[in-house]
Amino acid sequence: MKTTSQRQSRTMVGGMPMPGVTERAVKAVFLTIICAIVVLPFVGVISTSLAPAEEVTKAGGFVMFPTRGIDFTAYRSILSGGTVTQALLVSGFVTVVGTTIAVALTCTLGWALSRRGTVGNRALLLLVLISLLFNPGLIPSYLVVQQFGLLNSLWAVIVPVSVSAFNVIVVRSFFVGLPNEIIDAARIDGASEWKLFRYIGLPLSKAVIAVIGLFYGVGYWNSFFNAMLYLNDSAKWPLQLVLRTYVVNGVELGGQDLGLSGEAAPPQTSIQMAILMISVVPILCVYPFIQRHFAKGVLTGAVKG
Amino acid sequence: MLLLAVPGLLIILAFQYYPLWGNIISFQDYQPYLGVGKSLWSGFQNFSVIFSGDPEFLNAVKNTLILTLIQSVIVFPAPIVVALVLHSLLSNKLRQFVQTIIYLPHFMSWVIVVAIFQQVLGGTGMINNWLRSHGYSPMHIIGNVEAFRALLTSQVLWKDTGWATILFLAVLSQIDRSLYEASAVDGAGRWRQTWHVTLPGLKPIIILLLILKLGDSLTVGFEQIILQQQAVGVDASDVLDTYVYNNGILGGNWGVAAAVGLVKSAVALALVLSANKIAHRLGEEGVYRG
Repeated sequence: MKTTSQRQSRTMVGGMPMPGVTERAVKAVFLTIICAIVVLPFVGVISTSLAPAEEVTKAGGFVMFPTRGIDFTAYRSILSGGTVTQALLVSGFVTVVGTTIAVALTCTLGWALSRRGTVGNRALLLLVLISLLFNPGLIPSYLVVQQFGLLNSLWAVIVPVSVSAFNVIVVRSFFVGLPNEIIDAARIDGASEWKLFRYIGLPLSKAVIAVIGLFYGVGYWNSFFNAMLYLNDSAKWPLQLVLRTYVVNGVELGGQDLGLSGEAAPPQTSIQMAILMISVVPILCVYPFIQRHFAKGVLTGAVKG
Repeated sequence: MLLLAVPGLLIILAFQYYPLWGNIISFQDYQPYLGVGKSLWSGFQNFSVIFSGDPEFLNAVKNTLILTLIQSVIVFPAPIVVALVLHSLLSNKLRQFVQTIIYLPHFMSWVIVVAIFQQVLGGTGMINNWLRSHGYSPMHIIGNVEAFRALLTSQVLWKDTGWATILFLAVLSQIDRSLYEASAVDGAGRWRQTWHVTLPGLKPIIILLLILKLGDSLTVGFEQIILQQQAVGVDASDVLDTYVYNNGILGGNWGVAAAVGLVKSAVALALVLSANKIAHRLGEEGVYRG
């Protein structure tokens, strides 16, 4: 006869008893459903954007699994120089320029706050922390942007969100954790504060900088509300506003808006799904890179902040 | 070296602290062409909308509170359940795989989420197409006043449930394995272990997040609602943030909108501070000490 402890040692994993068959089946079904709910809509959107026109029309607007080959007409027509192409360029500009500025400002501020023993350092850190607690409010924020003359300028979308206090805290706590010996040694060798930051701080923090860079990047790419609030001129619209107008509100894109001359426009649904895909694809491309690092980045902020 | 801090600090001062000054238009009859300097003072007149019980304002308050309540009851516990299931998986690879998939929607903008929901649930969307082709009658969900709260809730669930599991999973991975072993020796099965070891391990983070949620209880689904308000109308969908936007930016009632925003911020701050106090009374860490 086996003793209890022997039986347990064979059926235990990490201190927990092995799950029974029922439990495993229930969990498998549960997780499959959750993953399907996330993935299937994307599959439908991709399929519809790529399905040939007659299949989309026949299916009544939505294709789940295209059976008659792949057709890039919808993509060709939105990328041939109309409203959507313009918006794509604007979003690209806002994302690249915005992310560069945001990372630069966040890292320099984070570095300055991470150096101990400077006059006023604690007070400045407190200033940053307190700003996390309150929200300046919609109307006052609008008045400030207006007062700075930024209305209807892409800078209104870029500048106000270029320093996230949360990211400053994340970067700062990473800098604080760098080994002091290296920094002290460099300082004895006569390195200036700027050189310490440039040649020691930054190279050792590539991972965390990549994470906040990607967070800022995704934020700028997705920026919708500030763009709606501050940009009146539809020529300056980023992709999210085009998406809102032509996909969510269902305004039809005519041949002229598409930049087509003379050809028949593809079905509206195909066009809409292609616009949707174009705004999703950049995120899908950077996602694997963020995914590797973000849990760590988020936790640094949450635990030490 | 403080020179390095200057550009970043200027941005924080300009766009976080400086706007606080703009709240004085709550006490003015603000006219954009006169500016804050020259507009006339009006005392507490802008606040009378709030305290005299303007029906539109009360509607926004009601919708806000109902949505917050629904979200606390349904949206808040969902990631805890998912995290518990993921935590109990034996295969690290499988867990990683599922996590990779369910984090994804968090990185989509609200515009994308709303667009995707329209494509799935709309009149000619995925589900209704399927229903029609199989001889069932289609469901009217998008633009349906009665289904609006359910729609908002399912959008929030879809977008952020996966992402919210991150924190819970991190906390769960810190739980001491020997606690499980000890409880197993005492004869605890998997359910008892979950109840007596896993859940108590989660308690501090659950309380912390509830406190933060309380501070946000007057803020629900701003972008999400702005995007869909046209389809269902203001009655069903107006919340405090959309009220401020519609009245101030679109309607030109700057003073009233600013007053509502100011009261909202003040109440939110008071809620966080008091929730934190309560947490301390209960012997928990809370957000901060002090």
